[in-house]
Amino acid sequence: MTGDLQVRAENRVVIAHIYTSTAAIALGAVFGVFQGFSRAGAVAAPSWFDYYRILTMHGVLMALVFTTFFITGLCLFVTYRAIPRERKLTIGWIGWLVMLVGTAMAAVEILAGNATVLYTFYAPLKASPWFYIGATILVLGTWVVAYEIFENVVYWRKTNPGKPVPLVVFCAAATFVMWIVATLGVVAEMVMLIPWAFGWVPTINVLLTRLFFWYFGHPLVYFWIMGAYIIWYNIIPTRYGGNTFSDGLTRLTFVMLILLSTPVGIHHEFMEPGISSAWKALFTVTTYGVAIPSFITAFAIFASFELAAIKQGRKGFIATVKSLPWSDPAFAGAGYGMLLFILGGFGGLVNASYGMDAVVHNTIWIVGHFHVTVGGPVALTFLGAAYWMIPRLTGRALWKPEWALMQTRLWFIGMLIMSFSMHFAGLLGAPRRTAEVSYQGAAVAQAWHPYMTVAAAGGVFLFLSILMFVAVALGTLLQNRKTEPMEAAFAVSATPPAATPAALQHLFRWGLIAFAFAVIVYAGPIGEIIRHPGYGVAGMRTW
Amino acid sequence: MHVHRYERWWMIFGVGMLIGFLALLAFAAVANSIVPPSGMEQIDPKLVAQTPPFNHPGLRRLSDGSYEAYYIAQVFAFDPPVLTIPQGAKVTFYVTSTDVVHGFFIPGTAVNMMVVPGWVNTQTHVFRRAGEYLLICHEYCGIGHQNMFGKIEVTRR
Repeated sequence: MTGDLQVRAENRVVIAHIYTSTAAIALGAVFGVFQGFSRAGAVAAPSWFDYYRILTMHGVLMALVFTTFFITGLCLFVTYRAIPRERKLTIGWIGWLVMLVGTAMAAVEILAGNATVLYTFYAPLKASPWFYIGATILVLGTWVVAYEIFENVVYWRKTNPGKPVPLVVFCAAATFVMWIVATLGVVAEMVMLIPWAFGWVPTINVLLTRLFFWYFGHPLVYFWIMGAYIIWYNIIPTRYGGNTFSDGLTRLTFVMLILLSTPVGIHHEFMEPGISSAWKALFTVTTYGVAIPSFITAFAIFASFELAAIKQGRKGFIATVKSLPWSDPAFAGAGYGMLLFILGGFGGLVNASYGMDAVVHNTIWIVGHFHVTVGGPVALTFLGAAYWMIPRLTGRALWKPEWALMQTRLWFIGMLIMSFSMHFAGLLGAPRRTAEVSYQGAAVAQAWHPYMTVAAAGGVFLFLSILMFVAVALGTLLQNRKTEPMEAAFAVSATPPAATPAALQHLFRWGLIAFAFAVIVYAGPIGEIIRHPGYGVAGMRTW
Repeated sequence: MHVHRYERWWMIFGVGMLIGFLALLAFAAVANSIVPPSGMEQIDPKLVAQTPPFNHPGLRRLSDGSYEAYYIAQVFAFDPPVLTIPQGAKVTFYVTSTDVVHGFFIPGTAVNMMVVPGWVNTQTHVFRRAGEYLLICHEYCGIGHQNMFGKIEVTRR
């Protein structure tokens, strides 16, 4: 294939991933806005499609499908563009197809009411085995995509001996190294769940399944965040004529994320029996540790802003903020996302704080927290990046760019309104994951009601925002306004990559070290559960 | 690798802040006993109704004046549904489940536990304020999850 045809063929793979992700967020938003109204007491779910089925669909579509397909699409895109070569796309297509088949299997079971187990599928709630198999196939599909990215890293090393892998590809590959280490947990859980769901095994060790889930469940969060960081470090600086602050520190950040993302999951299980408090204290410390790469990132991003402003002859905080292209939808998405992440980060430290977590565990504060993290910095950065990618993928100018910009603003405002209300209601004790929270008019529950109403209003902003995003994404595909082919340029580091220590280049070795580290940190609580396996539980369908 | 001076200061500040927070948590854990509930007792979930003391769920008064409250959580109710205790009482809750995972949460307090079948979770709380408290299941447990709640009445002393 010649260069142009090659790029177009690669673009089709990426378009498949990105538009699957778009379909997921569109559908997920429909379920989401309904939940807001239901929690506010304005509507009730019909008996043939209950609230918890809606909630399961929303969680799975947003947390697992939208994010994963976007990140696989993004990482394939940056890899293909930063390492141009003649390549076959069979693996790229197989990855997408496998992910899609897995998603469809799981979705059919949820829609049919055979898997109303929410996106955490806690045993002994017993879903149809085909739901677990579908979810496993989705994960295996991401491994195929990971292989495609790693193969390109190996190719680069072979053809460019001694030269570091381009920074953006390094970041993408690091994200998938972390992902492989993390998903081993959910695969281990599925190995327990699937034979049990078929009835081949009578009972299950509930604590172990929950531990394996969170071994995977928290690094899942970092998978999303690494996706956003790829964009913040490598793409966003090109929107304001800036540089990546430092090649070495960026690689250090991603290596730290490989190492520190996984051994943290038990901070989701602080209120659990069967895990002694000493292990919970250890996981408080490790969870605090994973905040460090985010501190480095905060500095690097603001330093990059400031260096670009100085280059334009502007100095000072206000001049720097004003120098940024806030009316560019790609930048605005990431920029508003970063603001939300400051709130999300500090809320996260509260949740990770051992005894303090008792005040907020399983309240709607947690829901507010993850909407201002995955729903804010991550989703908004992704939507902004989609506005940057789609013209480069389709060769068409963005349809209604002013809607794109309005979309980012609506999302930012809606998310602030919704997540603040959820945080406050959570502090007053409103639970998460509950169809309606009146508790027969109990006084304490009445105090939550105004917040739930405001949260639903925020949800309407978010829903409108998604409608606009989908309109722009589909409008661009359908209209026939061709543009000149656009380069996908990635930010250049202000410090030369040559200054980066060689030890930071060894991605796969860091992956092995990360897995060993996770095993060591988890050995305590896993050993405890294995030494005291207790009573297996049969499981049941309670919906 | 060159690390900018300001960046080094910022990292020292960030890590220092984390260490400060951890020190506060350690202090709270040791001085004020603010530790998460970590019940290590096991129980056969099929035999909960026959196993003392869960065969008679409810309140027991101990000789030192404090109380123990034994609860069974099952879809979609708590047993006992209502608990009456005097103001100022120190109550240690013991909770287990006979079926799926439930939550045990009293809004307005830090009584917050996961209830896992096969395990007894436990937490202690002093009820200083009189009035009616809500006890809710705050982990999704099935189609009637929103109906799973109880009451704790703290009578004025």
